[in-house]
Amino acid sequence: MSPLTEQQAKEYWRRNVSLMVKLMVVWFVVSFGCGILLFDFLNQFQVGGYKLGFWFAQQGAIYVFVVLIFYYARKMAALDREFGVEED
Amino acid sequence: MDLQTLSYLFVGATFALYLGIAVWARAGSTKDFYVAGGGVHPVANGMATAADWMSAASFISMAGMISFMGYGGSVFLMGWTGGYVILAMLLAPYLRKYGKFTVPEFIGDRFYSKTARVVAVICLIICSVTYVIGQMKGVGVAFSRFLEVEYATGLFVGMVIVFFYAVLGGMKGITYTQIAQYCVLILAYTIPAIFISLQLTGNILPQLGLGGTLVGEDVYLLDKIDQVVTDLGFKQYSTDVRLSTLNMFAYTMSLMIGTAGLPHVIIRFFTVPKVKDARSSAGWALVFIAILYTTAPAVGAMARFNLMQTIEPSPGEYLVYEERPQWFKNWETTGLLVFEDKNGDGLVQYSADPATNDMVKIDNDIMVLANPEIAKLPNWVIALVAAGGLAAALSTAAGLLLAIASAISHDLLKGMIAPGITEKQELAASRVAMGLAIAGAGYLGLNPPGFAAGTVALAFGLAASSIFPALMMGIFSNRVNKEGAIAGMVAGIGVTLFYVFQHKGIMFIPGTEFLGSMKPNWFLGIEPNAFGVVGAIVNFAVAAAVSRFTAPVPQSVRELVEHIRVPVGASEATGH
Repeated sequence: MSPLTEQQAKEYWRRNVSLMVKLMVVWFVVSFGCGILLFDFLNQFQVGGYKLGFWFAQQGAIYVFVVLIFYYARKMAALDREFGVEED
Repeated sequence: MDLQTLSYLFVGATFALYLGIAVWARAGSTKDFYVAGGGVHPVANGMATAADWMSAASFISMAGMISFMGYGGSVFLMGWTGGYVILAMLLAPYLRKYGKFTVPEFIGDRFYSKTARVVAVICLIICSVTYVIGQMKGVGVAFSRFLEVEYATGLFVGMVIVFFYAVLGGMKGITYTQIAQYCVLILAYTIPAIFISLQLTGNILPQLGLGGTLVGEDVYLLDKIDQVVTDLGFKQYSTDVRLSTLNMFAYTMSLMIGTAGLPHVIIRFFTVPKVKDARSSAGWALVFIAILYTTAPAVGAMARFNLMQTIEPSPGEYLVYEERPQWFKNWETTGLLVFEDKNGDGLVQYSADPATNDMVKIDNDIMVLANPEIAKLPNWVIALVAAGGLAAALSTAAGLLLAIASAISHDLLKGMIAPGITEKQELAASRVAMGLAIAGAGYLGLNPPGFAAGTVALAFGLAASSIFPALMMGIFSNRVNKEGAIAGMVAGIGVTLFYVFQHKGIMFIPGTEFLGSMKPNWFLGIEPNAFGVVGAIVNFAVAAAVSRFTAPVPQSVRELVEHIRVPVGASEATGH
């Protein structure tokens, strides 16, 4: 069985979920927010030849997604170590 | 060397490479066949996942769709990348911890029910077959152009090759082959894009070229495209919303959660050694995918621009049909490009008005393959693109067929109908299942329900409405029980199938649409390709409601849920 006490397992899960929720908010904002819902508003700004909303929808969101996953993987690895549940 | 010889050479050489690797790494046991013995490095696994993932829909079709949809095409770009964030955070680590071979196996155990497992298998087969139909469309387009034959003939040749290819190796063969395929397909995609970006904007990176100015002019490329297309009556490229904001929202969401519910992608995360690796593997996969996905918008926009410029070099000056370039004639042979001289003046007029438009058919799926020819790039680049397109189509078709085969032989046959069969018999059954799946998908691919990427989007919608919610609830809730999960999956995929078939025909067979008195896209203006998210909401709601009124989840299953949430602990099911 898991080396954690029930209390520790709860705490580990709570911290995991809270990290997840924060990152999912970013995920939502860059894609559905900037790329779709705020598209018209952001398009009044220009980055080179890109309208900003268009840039988020076709470029920016993707870059942020990559960063999000690696950030999550790193934070979770640290959390695993803290609770002593990392694998050998 | 002429183009035809070069194409044969490139395609032949890459095929020899893939087959060589497949033979070298031939699967020995069933465990090798399905999950490569659980020992693949995260970067390698990420690259193979990327090849597996980026199919004919991504390579051949997507940029072409973006070409004609403009901003609306963003749904594919965000949808097919954003799903990896969900996968990495919400599913992959836990399914890896659970450590079984297949998705239905997890659903069957978590919902302690064989019925749940059967329902999951059926959902999985429906999604995967729809997905393979989309691939077959892409394979047909690529082979028809490559062999200079009609689409149907190209499709048939493609079916035969996919069959041999998938049957020969299992997952292990496929993992290493797919790394080779990734390299071929990414070079084939980015090299022409770099050439064209240099040609048009002088910028070596297509990602920056798309936001740059045209060579020798002080005009941004995107502004120029906007102007050229609106002059001919098309919608402005950079702001063309797909139907409505709500529809775009639903479309993107369906593709994202569909990504996280597709069995052939999830199965990838069973093949890494540790839970930690499952998280970073998704990140690596997305890095390799993002290289293509951030290039695609440039490919799409530049292809559209070059196409327009070829047909109408300056306003009022049209291409003479008799002097049309070679690529134009070649694509006419396939029947995917059709010219009809409406006013009989021998000139090619292309506009948004059906009464005067001479380009009666430009199949979106030809754009990526035609793009280097339209831009007059050297022959070796064009040959390379043909090889890349085939690599993309083959790798995904093989991965999907494996998912279908394992669902039938492992989950249905060994898991339920005949638990006593030997490994050899199980392997044989999975090969028969692959053959049948290819034949069925090929037949339906003769009349695909849309362009390759659109058809694949339907598959995502089906996965989004059935498998994704079941997995989510299986991990994040210990209250959803067997009755809830089964009712949810049936309701979710049922609603989605109903809406899709009503628009596109039962199993996409033409003439069986039952739209009746309903307007197309009658539900809040959402198109069938984007309907998966509605199905998913129905799935969650039904599952929650049914679970409330039926027997609670047994204690042993609650313990299973606690167990998968923590990386270490009992039960190392993959036994490495």
